[in-house]
Amino acid sequence: MSLLEVDDVVVQFGGVTAVNHATFTADAGQITGLIGPNGAGKTTCFNVISGLQRPTKGHVRFDGRDVTRTPVHRRSKRGMGRTFQRLEAFGSLTVRDNVRVALDIHRGLLAGFKPAQSDIDALLERVGIAEYADDRADSIPTGTARLLELARCLAGDPQLLLLDEPSSGLDETETDAFGELLRDLASEGRGVLMVEHDMDLVMSVCDTIRVLDFGEVIAVGGPALIRNDARVQQAYLGYSDVDEDGGHDHTAVLPAVAEEVKA
Amino acid sequence: MDKFIAYALPGLFTGAAYAIAASGLVLTYTTTRVFNIAHGAFGMVMSFIFWDFSQRQGIPVWLSLILVLLVVAPLTGFVVQRFIARGLGDAPVSVSLVVTVGLFVGLIGLAQQVWEPEPRFVPPFWQDKSFEIGDSIITGHQVITILASIAVAVGLYFLLNRTRIGTAMRASVDNPELLRLFGGKPDTVAALSWAIGMSLSALAGILLVSVVGLDYFQLTLLVINAYAAAMVGRLKSLPLTFIGAMALGLLDSFALGYIDPESWLADFRPVIPPLFLFAVIVLMPTAQLRIGQVKGIVSAPVPSLTRMAVSGAAFMAFVFVATAGMSEANLLRVGAAATYAIVMLSLVLLTGYGGYVSLSQLTFAGVGALAYAKLDEPNLYGLIVSTLIAGAVGALVALPTLRLTGLYLALSTLAFGVLMDKVVFQDEKAFGFGGALSADRMSVFGTTIGSTGNYVLLMAFFFVLCGIGVLILRRGVLGRMLVALRDSPAACGTLGLDARWFRVGLFGISAAVAGLAGALFAGLRGTIGAADFQYFNSLPLLLLAVVFGVTSVTGAALGGIGLMLLPVLQAEEVAGVSLGGLMFVIIGFGAVFAGRDPNGLANLLFKIGRWGQRRIVARVDEATGGSGWSPIGPRTGQHRAAGDDQDGYDDGYDDAYDDGTAAGATSHEPEEAGSVATRG
Repeated sequence: MSLLEVDDVVVQFGGVTAVNHATFTADAGQITGLIGPNGAGKTTCFNVISGLQRPTKGHVRFDGRDVTRTPVHRRSKRGMGRTFQRLEAFGSLTVRDNVRVALDIHRGLLAGFKPAQSDIDALLERVGIAEYADDRADSIPTGTARLLELARCLAGDPQLLLLDEPSSGLDETETDAFGELLRDLASEGRGVLMVEHDMDLVMSVCDTIRVLDFGEVIAVGGPALIRNDARVQQAYLGYSDVDEDGGHDHTAVLPAVAEEVKA
Repeated sequence: MDKFIAYALPGLFTGAAYAIAASGLVLTYTTTRVFNIAHGAFGMVMSFIFWDFSQRQGIPVWLSLILVLLVVAPLTGFVVQRFIARGLGDAPVSVSLVVTVGLFVGLIGLAQQVWEPEPRFVPPFWQDKSFEIGDSIITGHQVITILASIAVAVGLYFLLNRTRIGTAMRASVDNPELLRLFGGKPDTVAALSWAIGMSLSALAGILLVSVVGLDYFQLTLLVINAYAAAMVGRLKSLPLTFIGAMALGLLDSFALGYIDPESWLADFRPVIPPLFLFAVIVLMPTAQLRIGQVKGIVSAPVPSLTRMAVSGAAFMAFVFVATAGMSEANLLRVGAAATYAIVMLSLVLLTGYGGYVSLSQLTFAGVGALAYAKLDEPNLYGLIVSTLIAGAVGALVALPTLRLTGLYLALSTLAFGVLMDKVVFQDEKAFGFGGALSADRMSVFGTTIGSTGNYVLLMAFFFVLCGIGVLILRRGVLGRMLVALRDSPAACGTLGLDARWFRVGLFGISAAVAGLAGALFAGLRGTIGAADFQYFNSLPLLLLAVVFGVTSVTGAALGGIGLMLLPVLQAEEVAGVSLGGLMFVIIGFGAVFAGRDPNGLANLLFKIGRWGQRRIVARVDEATGGSGWSPIGPRTGQHRAAGDDQDGYDDGYDDAYDDGTAAGATSHEPEEAGSVATRG
């Protein structure tokens, strides 16, 4: 049984189908990539999983329980944590207080009166933003704010991490460090489900990948398999020539794919 | 059947007028996401202009109509959109709503200033004509109104569905940015819809004025009926808005005809519109949590405990000295200022920290006052019980509105305020209509605080107490959560916070603080009435709180004094000219611009304070050769890992870390750099 099961989920906004019978899973101890072109329905999927959006149809099961109708905060209590594509840091608070609030919420109001300084610092160290601890969250760079969201989310010690484009705004070195961190988190037994556009990162850290297009899951598999999938190339590049001659020279959107194919 | 028709006809008439007003409201809201609380106030001003043209200046009625509806109103709409409402749609509700509340208050002041109170009369249209339907008579004016509403409905339908600009308007509803990308002009669309919206509010006002009378408040407040109708259309659908308006008009009329005036139900007749509004809002489907940009709002500093105690003591000493030898009348004024200041503290919690807008804070104060007077226990026990009762009422109001956010929540509190005012406060068993209830000065541990001077000191003491309470709450775990919830409800949810119960608690505490103020006020005055807690006075209260800074205790203190001074200044004459409504104009339009920063004028003081402090630090450092003495005390947190180049943060940073703009950002000033250098 997988940690997270998304079962035949449909989301419609008026006449637009944002998610179309999506079915996929994410496992504990593994990093699962959720990729697809813009507008494929990735963030909507995240909203359904985390409870911010109720699906028109379908079910979400987490840790063996159906949570489709469970409110947001209760899903979090059960071990789900998420970050946002469009940042949701608490801008009026310092970076340290952002994490402090998360710890307070996690431990309950009464426990919140006890100081948790060392725990906060440990979390900030872990994601590598300790130097920003005293800055207001609306004044730090985007990449840092994403890491802050991750630290905040880790304060709840979640079993499943939903990361929405976590590496955008990070430079190359930072991204490498971030990849390390992700592997580390997975090795602790946490499941990581990640929406990401940085294909180098996705291909290097993900154990499995689910590809969404027009709200549908069009491919599932390990990085190697996904690279060579015709439908994936179709979705990303507009056309595919893998079937014809093994594939050549389409470097624009999926560099990792192209490199692999060339090799 | 005849009776049915006899009441249906006037019902259709008022329904038609509400429909015209409400469709204007919906049009501006859908295209620009700004809910114009002042929609009715604009209608009122336009009716005054119409009166001025047609009656005072003697311009023919038809020409006056054209001038108002097609020139003055659209121009006003255009200007308001361009210079006031623009960009407000993306702002949090606590900002966008406050700005239109500012317009609301400012326009009433403007009307009072331009057209001094005197009886005015606007004759109905088609005065000498009436039609018989069965035994019932429908006047020409009523026929015209109903026809006008049909014309508006048809006109809007064609505009939105059959014209290019109408299509752009509908597109703008969904996504103005996308419209811009596709070559549309959201600004033109917004300006046009405000122009049309303003004309519709003018038309509704002019059609109602011969029935309601030309009055600053009556016409303005009729807009609550339009809010209710607009809510039926969920602020989106024009057909549903029309249906809602007609339903409300008919309901109101039938209630007049069919409810026995002797029965208890008759009490509810005047409050059908707010009840309707409340019911519709509560039944609305749950809104989704907003997901958006990171923007910190609260930036007032949070002082240390020592500093709070010192400031509190200094404040008390100041009040003691300032009120010594003051006349009884002035002492009462200071007491009123203290009352308002405490009520504003309740807004600091709710709006400043929590981001929720309440338009009924004075009503909660009224509940506290009522409880205090009725309990007849003029001591600490009575005060505490009154406070708790007000708190319980506040929590109760929050309960049915658990799912509501922003605008809807604010409007539901407005509806609650109207209901309490008309059904409870004006009831014989409470204050009584125009009546007054007596209350005694309270005693503390057996000593009655008889003299007004001492009582005012007691009130100031309670202000300090509440202020310190609010700040301690802000410093603690609850305060951080409040601010977090304000900045990002969605993130709080995904972190596991159940915001709903949190909010009930917050409303409870806030209402309790307001109730405490009310109870103290009752003791101060000796007699209190429903007029002391009229619901629409909650609007200027909110405004002044925001203008002076709704995120800080200092702001509340200043705001309290400001609100107390308002009627005093209003009564003054400068160079033979009565200030009349001018103060409202200044405050209202001041809020339109100041309202964009909820940290308010108080933030200016903080900035000046910090600047002064830094200069002192720099001077002392120079004098002592950089021994590092600082009036702020040693820094408690650990050093930043980044190294020496950022040591500039140390000066005053602790005090200002919540500001983000002050010490940290401006630490490159020469003095500052000097101090760092001498230290190293």
